[in-house]
Amino acid sequence: MRRYILRRLGQNLITLFLFLTLVYLLLDAQPGDFGNIYASDPRLTPTQRQQLRANLGLDRPVLVRYGIWLGNVVRGDFGISYSNYPRKVLDIIAERAPRTVILFISINILAYYIGFLMGKILAWRRGTRFEYVSTVVGVGLYTVFVPWFALMMIWFFAYTLDLFPIGKFVDPVLWRDSPVDANFIFNRMLLTALIASLLLLGWSLFARRLNPGQRRPVLWAGVAVVFAAIFIFWWSTGVGRFALDITHHLVLPIFTLATVNFAGIMLLTRNSMLETLREDYIMAARAKGLPEKVIRDRHAARNTMLPVATSFVLAISFVLDGGIITETIFSWPGMGRTLLIAAQAQDIPMVIGALLFTGILALLGHLFADILYAFLDPRIRYA
Amino acid sequence: MAKITDAPLPAEAGPLTTEEIHRVLEIPLWQVRMRLFWRSLRTNVGLFAENPIGLVGLGLILFFILMMIAHPILMNTVWDKNTYDPVLGFDTTIAFHPSAPSATHLLGTDPLGRDILSQLMWSTRSAFFLGLMTALVTVIIATTVGAMSAYFGGIIDTFFMRLADIVIMTPLITILIVMAALFDLGIIHLAIILGLLSGFGATTIIIKSQALTVKVRTFIEAARVAGGGDRHIIVHHIIPNLMPLAFLYMMFGVTSAIFIESVLSFFGLLNIRMSWGLMIHTTEYSGYLLDMSKWWLIFPASLAITLLCAAFYLVGRAFDEIINPRLRRR
Repeated sequence: MRRYILRRLGQNLITLFLFLTLVYLLLDAQPGDFGNIYASDPRLTPTQRQQLRANLGLDRPVLVRYGIWLGNVVRGDFGISYSNYPRKVLDIIAERAPRTVILFISINILAYYIGFLMGKILAWRRGTRFEYVSTVVGVGLYTVFVPWFALMMIWFFAYTLDLFPIGKFVDPVLWRDSPVDANFIFNRMLLTALIASLLLLGWSLFARRLNPGQRRPVLWAGVAVVFAAIFIFWWSTGVGRFALDITHHLVLPIFTLATVNFAGIMLLTRNSMLETLREDYIMAARAKGLPEKVIRDRHAARNTMLPVATSFVLAISFVLDGGIITETIFSWPGMGRTLLIAAQAQDIPMVIGALLFTGILALLGHLFADILYAFLDPRIRYA
Repeated sequence: MAKITDAPLPAEAGPLTTEEIHRVLEIPLWQVRMRLFWRSLRTNVGLFAENPIGLVGLGLILFFILMMIAHPILMNTVWDKNTYDPVLGFDTTIAFHPSAPSATHLLGTDPLGRDILSQLMWSTRSAFFLGLMTALVTVIIATTVGAMSAYFGGIIDTFFMRLADIVIMTPLITILIVMAALFDLGIIHLAIILGLLSGFGATTIIIKSQALTVKVRTFIEAARVAGGGDRHIIVHHIIPNLMPLAFLYMMFGVTSAIFIESVLSFFGLLNIRMSWGLMIHTTEYSGYLLDMSKWWLIFPASLAITLLCAAFYLVGRAFDEIINPRLRRR
């Protein structure tokens, strides 16, 4: 398994390099270049213009420029954003990337969890009215025009019911005299979430070893303790209401995008599960007289997981694309919206930075899917 | 799918006489092929018609085709060109635009005084054009590349599969946003770019895996023994067997192409005269986006995108249940 993962890691690094090359060549092929804008002052003489272009390195061949650029990227120097002038691109990425990453991770977890659960039940209840209605709703959500759906969600939950804020990352009125900035709080929230999920993972692994009677109460007690600890910690810091504000802004985008994305997973799980249910070992399990729930969850669903895990690779780009749309509609200041604005403002360094970030996020997702696949597929796990 | 051997034989049982065999052999090949085609078509149509999901999808597609055909007819007969033109029209008889649905404008007018129904019907054309063009490019590339990499294997296979890995990971809309912002993209460029990207991406992998199962069948070996060249085997034996799957992915390709075009024109990035996404874009920059009392500005266009995407997707799914025997109910 380690060899498999190392090989995939190597392949992913090559892919990243190719992606970088592709991005550079794509942006290099655009009509005109930065030199034309920079040296467009009519008072400049042609020699001065040439001089300026030479100073910017634009007179060198493409390959040389590509080499210099690649060297800079490896050293972490993405240049300075034009549209946020004195700020460095890397600085902006460091500020906004966590907001996109948290959207990406929570949407995937939610969508896969609900989608798998629903798909499993749909296949199990094939032919019922419940299955029919859910499939229609699923197809509707799968093909819905996401910007419109997001708008409807805003209109209904934020505008009519007034449950959530209409958009943005924080409520400016609340934050006017806050002692710290939003990112400080947000990064600590992320840290809390990370620690909490690790604790919960460890606890659930521990609870699995107990006997079936104790398992459930022990597990839920642990969950309650962790959540109580988080609550007490944030309440005691005195900035808890700011964290709550960010969470409040986070709910609707996550809910919207997860709703859109879970449908595809549900339909896929349903198909995959239908194929699994025709296998002989399901009939054998039935013949043994096992309870329906055990057959569904232990015998059928476990084997359905493999194709669903494979689909994660395909879904990464889908979620990232959906992320751009959602971030734009919700005015969520993450990397997707940054990319869109930078592209419209022809802010090339920022575009490259945002594209690279997206590429790396996709690659990490890909790597995660590979590891998951290796873990789920015994043929790879024991090889 | 019907087998070649049972097609041209007469219906009655029992051994054939010499005359009968001669009579059968004298039927020209194209007739046999037509008959085979007709028979498989009839079975498949029968299977398709059993499935309500596919029929709903087909009905929706027909509805949109009808809208597409009706637009030029209406423009030339009932509708005045200056008032109802989807891009340049303006109704001077109404004081305030956007105006609510009325007898003259069945779906109201947009903030620039143009008729929504006319825009909606006109945009059907570009949606179909884009969807089918993209799907065609995708399928041509994916079948060729898939068949070749399955047949030859080796370095060709490795190259195209690694390429597909990269393309799969690339978020399409993200790349297209950048491209549309930097280059001047029209609908035909978009169709070709989308076709190329999805043709070298996921579709190739799926078609290749199908081609691998075709490649090991005995008739390929028979063709090779009979002296068929690589080109002949790929074109005449492998690709025809990939066609059903290719057609299926054409349907899904149409869905994603229409969706992506709508998103891009919703962001106002495409150089396009009128499309459903652009209608929502117009609503957005006029500031009516969350004003539900002006529902006709956003609902018709969004619903049209959703329904047409859903229609192709549903037809694809119904088709999937026909060609994928494991999904059949029986």
